[in-house]
Amino acid sequence: MNEEKYVVSVNPHLRSQENTRSIMLDVIIALLPPLVGAVYFFGWRALTLTAVSAGSAVFFEWLYRKLMKKPSSIGDLSAVITGMLLAFCCPVTMPYWMVIVGNAVAIIVVKQLYGGIGKNFMNPALVGRVFMLSWPVSITRFTNVFEKVGIFGKSVDAVSTATPLSAMSTGSLPESCDIVGMFFGRMPGCIGEVSAALILLGGIYLLIRKVISIRIPAAYILTVAVLTFIFPRGNGHLDWMLCNLFSGGLFLGAIFMATDYVTSPVTKRGQLIYGVGCGLLTVFIRYFGSYPEGVSFSILIMNACTWLIDKAGMPKRFGVIKTESKEGSSR
Amino acid sequence: MAGRFFGGVHPPENKDHTQRKVIRTIPPPKTVVIPMSMHVGAPCTPLVAKGDEVKLGQLIGGSEAPISAPIHSSVSGTVSAVEPRPHPNGSKVLSVVIENDFKDTPGSDLTPHDSIDALSPQELIDIVRSAGIVGLGGAGFPTHAKLSSGLGKVDTIIINGAECEPYITSGYRGMLENGDELISGARILMKVFGLKELTIGIEDNKPEAIKNLNRILGPNADGIRVLSMKTRYPQGAEKQLIQTVTGRQVPPGGLPALVGCAVVNADTAAAIHRAVYLGEPLTQKVVTVAGSSVAQPDNLRVRIGTPFSELFSECGGFKDTPAKVIMGGPMMGLAQYDLSAPVVKGTNAVLALSAGECGQDSAERSCIRCGRCVEACPMHLVPMLMYAYERKGMLDELNKMHVTDCMECGSCAFACPGRLHLVQSFKSGKQRLRNRQIKEAAAK
Repeated sequence: MNEEKYVVSVNPHLRSQENTRSIMLDVIIALLPPLVGAVYFFGWRALTLTAVSAGSAVFFEWLYRKLMKKPSSIGDLSAVITGMLLAFCCPVTMPYWMVIVGNAVAIIVVKQLYGGIGKNFMNPALVGRVFMLSWPVSITRFTNVFEKVGIFGKSVDAVSTATPLSAMSTGSLPESCDIVGMFFGRMPGCIGEVSAALILLGGIYLLIRKVISIRIPAAYILTVAVLTFIFPRGNGHLDWMLCNLFSGGLFLGAIFMATDYVTSPVTKRGQLIYGVGCGLLTVFIRYFGSYPEGVSFSILIMNACTWLIDKAGMPKRFGVIKTESKEGSSR
Repeated sequence: MAGRFFGGVHPPENKDHTQRKVIRTIPPPKTVVIPMSMHVGAPCTPLVAKGDEVKLGQLIGGSEAPISAPIHSSVSGTVSAVEPRPHPNGSKVLSVVIENDFKDTPGSDLTPHDSIDALSPQELIDIVRSAGIVGLGGAGFPTHAKLSSGLGKVDTIIINGAECEPYITSGYRGMLENGDELISGARILMKVFGLKELTIGIEDNKPEAIKNLNRILGPNADGIRVLSMKTRYPQGAEKQLIQTVTGRQVPPGGLPALVGCAVVNADTAAAIHRAVYLGEPLTQKVVTVAGSSVAQPDNLRVRIGTPFSELFSECGGFKDTPAKVIMGGPMMGLAQYDLSAPVVKGTNAVLALSAGECGQDSAERSCIRCGRCVEACPMHLVPMLMYAYERKGMLDELNKMHVTDCMECGSCAFACPGRLHLVQSFKSGKQRLRNRQIKEAAAK
């Protein structure tokens, strides 16, 4: 009797406005403050490097899906983030071609070979970054801030400078230690990592938009803070701790890398365990490793533990808490 | 201030179109179709045959089973058929079809009582049973069974006025227009359980309802308290409401009486009042007709058995062709394909939603492990893992994740940015577990 055809499906019949693309767009917006900072501190080459990196990430994602005859997935914007993050952990002098190779590894090997978004078990940008350690000289050729490198400038022209972190790995704070300057980003370093303040700004945006929860970044940063405060090297407790927090890739790692949905735990307790684990490993590598920085390795190692941590962090079953506590008290 | 339950979501409320519309009684239809199953439990056996004359309120279906509820005629007239007809649950169910003679000749065998003082709890429960009252929030659990099972165990009675589903305002209008019936029903429940206190839980997006009930109660509320709760879906789910009001958690597979609670829907309380004081069996429902495809959304008082198509034509028909027609709320309601399906006891809304409204847009289907489903699940489950296990057919793992605790509230699927069909997967997972159990039992 009814000619009309209605869709019949299981509930719910309403969906949140949020989708994968809108979430990724929020992350891109949150990455803009550190990007602006990078251009301010290191010149326009920071922007072209980021653009080349993001562009190549999208290109490799498109190319792989095309060659494999799979539906295109560049619309979800996740490749843009991988590319931006990869550039953010390079010095401004990094040759373009190396960044492109890094993206090929990140997108094709780490992400797509495992089935694309949601299937990879390690953070693509971080593996790309670790792969680029194959060029140890290029990836550690840091320049002083405001010492602009031309967009097409040869990287070897730049004068290489030590970062605060490389000084600290020898066991003491750098001589001219300006902690406020470090917080805002006035120090040699990777283009997107130097300014803890601007990264924090992006992080607050992500928290307000409820894209990330505070659990992983807070557990990570607090763990590093507590350990470095209790076990300082050289100078005072507080100075040593603050220098450890604001140097290297800790803030970018804790707020943007360790919070990567795909490679981090989904359970609340799991996220806390994971954050603490990242912090412990980071301090361990910084204190005892031969590399001055340990953020990338720490997060990658914890990525590999995510499945196990989620199992350990399972929520308590509804309705059994009361009976368990009663049994406990009666014993 | 109320506590809160785990998880949950806050979908757009969309109650503006109908929350100020006074309940309008529509003329009874020419034909009513009354299914013999409108409740949880054993279906009723028809007590009338083709050609019989029936009166308004006359018993037309009954069952001896303990979990069942009798069914009454909602009009007077002639039985034209007793046959399977489309039911809102999607299948065909044995129904009594009655041609209305528009005389409304009364035929109820319930006696009105002026006072409940002389009635015992068991006598009150018997009235609730003979009136065919079931949970009117949508679940349809026979109320007499709920009351009997709670006798001697219940220390807290909660009237459920949460109405947490978007769009639905029938309960809200009831609390505004018939608040005295609700409170009278509440006092009957206090008498049944022998308790001096009772809580009416209402979400804080309905301040007028809270104000109205407090006004009727007056300064001396005699043990009844109206609790304002922070609006959050699925607050109206029994286990979640108990958690909000008392902090207690109902154990898996258990009934509220296990933790000393009885939860009764606000409309159900009003129906109990009408059964006891007016001798009226349950033959009418207030139904919200809404959704962006409906020309003039409204709250209607209708006879049980009225086809959905009549409700929509009473509201000016469709502005445009709806993508989906839902009985109930958009979060837990049932999608309809045949508008000849009738209003049943649990119907509190029929919605006609456009494609954009019900999120039929997206082609994305991948989990990005964002964890929103884990945060949203009020039952403390991990939906993304259950989904993965169900897809891969890993039934042991699925069982270990307690998929059977899932009440299919849809919070996870609402929140999912990857638009996964989570509830569908859990429904199918539960069915596969049941099938396996049956098979194993048969093998032994």
